[in-house]
Amino acid sequence: MADAVFLALSVLTVGSAIAALEMRSLIYGSIALMGSLGGVAGFFFLLDAPFVALFQLAVYVGSIAVLILFTVMLVRRELIFKKIEDKRRKMAGIGLMLVFLVSVGALIMSSGIHQLESDSPPIDFREIGEDFLVYYWPALVVMALILSGAVTGALVLARREVENGSN
Amino acid sequence: MALIEFVLVSVALLGIGIYGLAVKRNAIRMLFAVEIIINAANLNLVAFSRYVDDSGGQTLALFSIAIAAAEVAVGLALVVVAYRMYKDVDIANFRSLRG
Repeated sequence: MADAVFLALSVLTVGSAIAALEMRSLIYGSIALMGSLGGVAGFFFLLDAPFVALFQLAVYVGSIAVLILFTVMLVRRELIFKKIEDKRRKMAGIGLMLVFLVSVGALIMSSGIHQLESDSPPIDFREIGEDFLVYYWPALVVMALILSGAVTGALVLARREVENGSN
Repeated sequence: MALIEFVLVSVALLGIGIYGLAVKRNAIRMLFAVEIIINAANLNLVAFSRYVDDSGGQTLALFSIAIAAAEVAVGLALVVVAYRMYKDVDIANFRSLRG
């Protein structure tokens, strides 16, 4: 049962990741990206990490994908459907990907990590909260500052400057 | 399920992301590729956290998701600015970001 779910999730995740990059329309591409991110959230559920999975669903599928959709809609219509790439570059990219996949895959297969099996109980989310507030609280504060800085920076960047005559 | 299956899915996602970054010239699609790579890293973190039985991986994955959200906000703002300047999303046309 779990293996069937795993197989379906991996097909969904990898397939929609490819679709996100290869779909002709950027709008369908961002919807496929949503599928891929949702598939990763499903993997988190399989790994007994429901807290991270729900965080992933809320942040990625809920906000980032919607943000990307809105940005895509700001772009002119003919640019959404235009595919900009050349054939030779694409072949080189596929070659690079295959070389990477084969070499890293062989490296992982020959390493010792497939003897690792888990029989330990899943990690409680209370432990994550303790991690956050006891060991990593300075990082939490810095992350809050980074987030507010990023939002402010994005707003400043995207603000439309009204100059005399332009716009 | 063994750990290696999750790691292999993560490697596949990373490969797809590298392909997208290398081939695509559309700025928004390159952001998609970056998102896919970040997700591959998060999947690895959570998988290892489950099998090594350490909560640090999940904590780090949560930090990583939050930072990725900030990165996407800034990246999309840059795309919007560049689109407003050049009326295009092809990165080969972005010569400079000064007005």
